[in-house]
Amino acid sequence: MSEAHDDHHGAPKGIGRWFFTTNHKDIGTLYLWFSFAMLMIGGAMAMVIRAELFQPGLQLVDPNFFNSMTTMHGLIMVFGAIMPAFVGLANWLIPMMIGAPDMAMPRMNNWSFWILPFAGTMLVGTLFMEGGAPNFGWTFYAPLSTTYGPASTEFFIFAVHLLGFSSIMGSINIIATILNMRAPGMTLMKMPLFVWTWLITAFLLIAVMPVLAGAVTMMLTDRNFGTSFFNAAGGGDPVLFQHVFWFFGHPEVYIMILPAFGIVSQIIPTFSRKKLFGYSSMVYATASIAILSFVVWAHHMYTVGMPVAAELFFMYATVLISVPTGVKVFNWICTMWRGSMTFESPMMWALAFVILFTLGGFTGLMLGVTPVDTQYHDTYFVVAHFHYVLVTGALFAIIAAVYYWLPKWTGNMVDEKLAAWHFWLSIISVNVLFFPMHFLGLAGMPRRIPDYALQFTEFNQIASIGGFVFGLSQLLFFYILVKTIKGGEKATDKVWDEPEGLEWTIPSPAPYHTFATAPEVK
Amino acid sequence: MSLTRLGKTMTLGAGALLWNASALADWNLNMTESVTDLGKEIFDLHTLVMWICVVIGVIVYGLIATSLVLHRKSNGQKPATFHENTTLEILWTVIPFVILVAIAIPATSTLLKLEDSSESDLSIKITGYQWKWKYDYLDSDISYFSNLAADSRAVREGKKAPEDVEHYLLDVDKPLVVPVGKKIQFLITANDVIHSWWVPDLAVKQDAIPGFINDTWAIIKEPGTYRGQCAELCGKDHGYMPIVVVAKTAEDYAAWVAEQKSAQAAAVASADKTWSLDELMVKGKEVYDTSCAACHMAEGQGMPAAGFPALAGSAVAKGPIANHLKVVMEGASGTAMQAFAAQLSDVEMAAVVTYERNAWGNNMGDSLQPSDVKAAR
Amino acid sequence: MNDIDKKNMKLAKKLAFVALGMFGFGFALVPLYDVFCDITGLNGKTSNSVATIQPMEVNKDRLITVRFVATVNSDLPWKFEPLQKTMRVHPGEINQVSYVAKNITSTDTNGQAVPSVSPGQAALFFDKTECFCFSKQLLKAGQEKEMPVHFVIRPGLPEDISNVVLSYTFFNSDSAT
Repeated sequence: MSEAHDDHHGAPKGIGRWFFTTNHKDIGTLYLWFSFAMLMIGGAMAMVIRAELFQPGLQLVDPNFFNSMTTMHGLIMVFGAIMPAFVGLANWLIPMMIGAPDMAMPRMNNWSFWILPFAGTMLVGTLFMEGGAPNFGWTFYAPLSTTYGPASTEFFIFAVHLLGFSSIMGSINIIATILNMRAPGMTLMKMPLFVWTWLITAFLLIAVMPVLAGAVTMMLTDRNFGTSFFNAAGGGDPVLFQHVFWFFGHPEVYIMILPAFGIVSQIIPTFSRKKLFGYSSMVYATASIAILSFVVWAHHMYTVGMPVAAELFFMYATVLISVPTGVKVFNWICTMWRGSMTFESPMMWALAFVILFTLGGFTGLMLGVTPVDTQYHDTYFVVAHFHYVLVTGALFAIIAAVYYWLPKWTGNMVDEKLAAWHFWLSIISVNVLFFPMHFLGLAGMPRRIPDYALQFTEFNQIASIGGFVFGLSQLLFFYILVKTIKGGEKATDKVWDEPEGLEWTIPSPAPYHTFATAPEVK
Repeated sequence: MSLTRLGKTMTLGAGALLWNASALADWNLNMTESVTDLGKEIFDLHTLVMWICVVIGVIVYGLIATSLVLHRKSNGQKPATFHENTTLEILWTVIPFVILVAIAIPATSTLLKLEDSSESDLSIKITGYQWKWKYDYLDSDISYFSNLAADSRAVREGKKAPEDVEHYLLDVDKPLVVPVGKKIQFLITANDVIHSWWVPDLAVKQDAIPGFINDTWAIIKEPGTYRGQCAELCGKDHGYMPIVVVAKTAEDYAAWVAEQKSAQAAAVASADKTWSLDELMVKGKEVYDTSCAACHMAEGQGMPAAGFPALAGSAVAKGPIANHLKVVMEGASGTAMQAFAAQLSDVEMAAVVTYERNAWGNNMGDSLQPSDVKAAR
Repeated sequence: MNDIDKKNMKLAKKLAFVALGMFGFGFALVPLYDVFCDITGLNGKTSNSVATIQPMEVNKDRLITVRFVATVNSDLPWKFEPLQKTMRVHPGEINQVSYVAKNITSTDTNGQAVPSVSPGQAALFFDKTECFCFSKQLLKAGQEKEMPVHFVIRPGLPEDISNVVLSYTFFNSDSAT
């Protein structure tokens, strides 16, 4: 499984390289390009949504197709863009950061990736099936999904199973790599934060992806094999679906943000020229967030008719998560404080993350207060909240990571002028897109509607304009990526000004095989 | 930018936010203060939490901004070396915890009130259907469906522009009418999928779940018209099943109840008379547009790809009339076609079957009388 | 490297078992949810089977108002109503209420009634000794049938609950999915 290669053989030639690779760098690249493609596809669907919502009335699509767009946009972004991007970063970076030659199970690593294009194609393919694509929201509540879902639902279920299987295999690989293959001297409390956050995320994935698999399997049997898990007529309960789904769903959103915390925790110290403040607190805070994430799921269900005792419990547990999250934000600020900052593109994106994710955190706290959630639930206020934490949170961290490590991967520096255009266009347009949604929600606009009452027009128009600019700005990102891969100012080993981490002790671009011999870690 | 200028800018910004607070609601930027006491409590709690977040935000963002300005390499700043401080860590763990407790106390009290629908004066059962609401006044025999108003429907069919429709997507044919000042218990369930009954001005939102009953309540302080929407994705017309609640003074409400009872009596009486073909067609179109057009479409063309057959030229509408009636009464098992026997009165049933058989070029020339429908039951 | 491979395989197998276990847990959530709801009454589900009644003391000092609600699913062309809208009962006392259902079409149909109690906490204390919801009900074309429910509210009902809603939804069990 880990035959030694001569370093000077480098990468194999030909297209077969990409299908049969067991190299963590190649696989990381595959994941990242896959996720970028899915980001574009999911983004195109968002453009359809924003185009339809530009004006009251139905101009472009019929309501059923609109529901398919919102459903598929959510599924593709969550399972196709954000999660695979983080796995891609994990693959590229974790072995280098811990001084390991590759991942623990390189062949399983290959399978983990190649399942994704198959599952993704099947999922997108549902758009072309008879009856149309899934149209019941990415949260696919029963009985809308079980009794009334279109014929393509079975393919959706199959795709979810495959995506989950890929995540589980990937997580097993990541845990084994981190626990067993660290260079001697790298104790757990010496690991970079990105490695820590991925270790914890991988445990979350193993715990909850199988529960999602259970939920879609129950959906499959309710639809096809006469069971009544979620059907009241047969003695079942639609609310059971929500409990099972959100038991997965809440940890899932932490799965999508913890690696982002790790990324930002590595970028800010580098550009502040100062060690991360409160390393151990950061580790404990991450672990606390992960543990708490298991007991807050019903805050997605406050209006379902739960008794008071349950609602109180979930309210208290939910608002409690803001404590460790706040600890992290304060630690980042203290890292910057009295540092010596420069503002290259990775730092800009990381700073944007801190500011805007915190904003999303504030609205999260507001949403957690049960009686007030009566007015927020299922409105655009929720849409604003989760887009702030997922787009200006998770996605911005991913972009920051790419800008930070791209010189290590390619050996070329990024054109900072173009990168600045990408940054400023994105950060302005993303706020034009999502900030008005807070007002829309407070003013009473529900989610998942293709058309709206007239008083919501102005903010919808503003949001749509922001959306189009934001979408187009990511094309600039594509151009920057290709340009950097092809050439640019040569990067040194260290790339930045004295960054911490083993990955900066090897050449740029990183050789195909690294750390065949373990480095010494003091 | 010097520190003092930065400080001044931030103070101005904070002041602008504060001034905006009350104006926000008028500009449709903020939640409604609502017309119930509990709703006002909810609004106040929202305001409290929002301002706590604003204050914390001003401090946090202020610190970030200050650091970004002062602690730059380009200023000649040399990096400090500190990277831990246990006292600080404890402080910024404990202080937020205390703030959370301060939020949890009023939140708990408001939540306990929200959940207590006992000793109500009036109970109304609300059933969510795809895609309309049914209201049953449980202590009188008033019961009716509430559908999207015809004007808003006309926009969907391309016959009007949204700007020309007052209360576009927020208007219904028959609103829910309730008295002010009385505790109203809402018992909420659904017929098919999960819906959610939400009226912001009453601060009421509760999911409608098939097979289960949820309950919530409100005491409305002011007469008026309050509009809401379905708040749980329920299929293609989720955005087209609004809610309108009209709160009346006690006398007006009593008058309305009396009106409903006499209208019901009249409807029962009208089932015994003989209806002309024209009368049946007019009534039938009304019934068709509210109860059937969502799936079978305004011109009877249906949406065959989605499983809703066309009625224009269909075998059922042009076949034996008794079978046509049976399909509408009993539904078609294995499909989305519901049994309308319990939903439509004899008059409505006779009219809609007649309409379907004669509209859109079907021209069967036959018809049903309400008494025929009654006999078939 | 071989040692590392062995360690990795061992750990991977353990983790795979955890994943499998969590998959099982997902399914275990179904009975767990039922048990949890039975113990806490959380989702308003009352039992679908006959309750065995221990002799209990009637609390004459307390009156609970029970409201009876009837809903018919649109797949079932029946009329369905409670004969009484409300009833005031003492905890510990066995009471009877009847619902009436009528098949208003010309085809025989079977229906299954599903009960739901609000508030959820009251469901724990709501026992039925006879109920039409225990089994499928057949109504022939045009047939009308009176359906009784014998119930008792156990005295342990929390003090702050004075109103209980008993709701039945009738579903068509011929075309049951």
